[in-house]
Amino acid sequence: MDIIGIIIAGLFSQNFVLVQFLGICPFLGVSKKIDNAVGMGLAVTFVMVITCLVTYPLYQYVLVPLGLDYLQIIVFILVIASLVQMLEMILKKFMPGLYSAMGIYLPLVTTNCAIMGVAKIITDATVYTNIGTAVMYGLFSGLGFTLAIVLLAGMREKLDKLNLPKALRGFPITLIVACFMAMAFSVFSLVKF
Amino acid sequence: MKIREIALDGVVRQNPTLKLVLGTCPTLAVTTVAFDSFGMGLAVTFVLICSNIIISLLRNVIPDKVRIPAFIMIIATFVTIVEMVIKKFVPDLYSSLGNFLALIVVNCIILGRAEGFASQNPVGYSALDGLFMGLGFTLALTTMGIFREVLAKGSIFGVTLWDANVFSISFFGTSAGAFLTYGLFIAVFNVAYNAVDRKSRHKLAARLANEEVA
Repeated sequence: MDIIGIIIAGLFSQNFVLVQFLGICPFLGVSKKIDNAVGMGLAVTFVMVITCLVTYPLYQYVLVPLGLDYLQIIVFILVIASLVQMLEMILKKFMPGLYSAMGIYLPLVTTNCAIMGVAKIITDATVYTNIGTAVMYGLFSGLGFTLAIVLLAGMREKLDKLNLPKALRGFPITLIVACFMAMAFSVFSLVKF
Repeated sequence: MKIREIALDGVVRQNPTLKLVLGTCPTLAVTTVAFDSFGMGLAVTFVLICSNIIISLLRNVIPDKVRIPAFIMIIATFVTIVEMVIKKFVPDLYSSLGNFLALIVVNCIILGRAEGFASQNPVGYSALDGLFMGLGFTLALTTMGIFREVLAKGSIFGVTLWDANVFSISFFGTSAGAFLTYGLFIAVFNVAYNAVDRKSRHKLAARLANEEVA
């Protein structure tokens, strides 16, 4: 898979949130304000890249040669949970600026299906033949997530000012807005490389 | 009495899909057809019951500081079991659920019940809580699956109702249709829930007023 294909797939045609339905919980939960959405998006992108860096070699060079690939789920969730914990400590100590921007979102990232999903996809799909493409895929999928959540947050800030029927306020109208976004993003699946 | 409360909470008052809006990824992804939704619901119910039982049994053994990693490991074990069993015995379901079977491990409903209920309650109640929460999830998912399958394919659980060439709205089979269906279901559920809730509160108020007069 070439690099432009990965970029287009990650950002648009295979968008993690709107096309693959991964990471919907933060997409709906942390999208009330643009600032929060940016912080969440950054945290997810950051953790995704590091997860790809760690899980890909771990699966290809440790689990598969030892015939332990059935332990995939248990090993991945353990690695992700400890990775997030470690990142939180490192950021707090050495990069307080970055920590204050995305620190509070880091614990939420552990139980985000997008992270577990990216680890599953890069190890199961045969197109990611080396660690470089796998990490690129993680990076652009994370950026695609950020794009979707920031766009949604922008629209929700406007929606708050409208006088909506009571039944539609909150989650229902958010999901209906996401429906229109999904329609727009699905057009990119027609782009072929 | 408490059993009735747990059942009502799980299926209606705290319905994980429609009221708490948790575990949204599988809800949107697998509800294209009713059978997949039902299978997903059952898989989650099984993991929920088993993890609730084990966590409830170990609630006095697991140290407070490492409880979240411990819960996650217990849940991951059961998810691995479910994945292996479905892969072996229902391979069609396995291939159509895809990654979402493994992603049950990060489903917020399961960790939420472990933290919020099983770690504080005895085994029997925890098992029942898992059962009814799972049922609430399965019911919501299956209804959405039926709605989308009927409109997009003209069939129900794979049984053809009418010719899809004559009438079908294929929009409901797409990802945008998933978002719309979920939004509409939450809206309708909230309207119905609030109406019933108001009615029962009126009844209670009327009864109290009657007692006062008497």
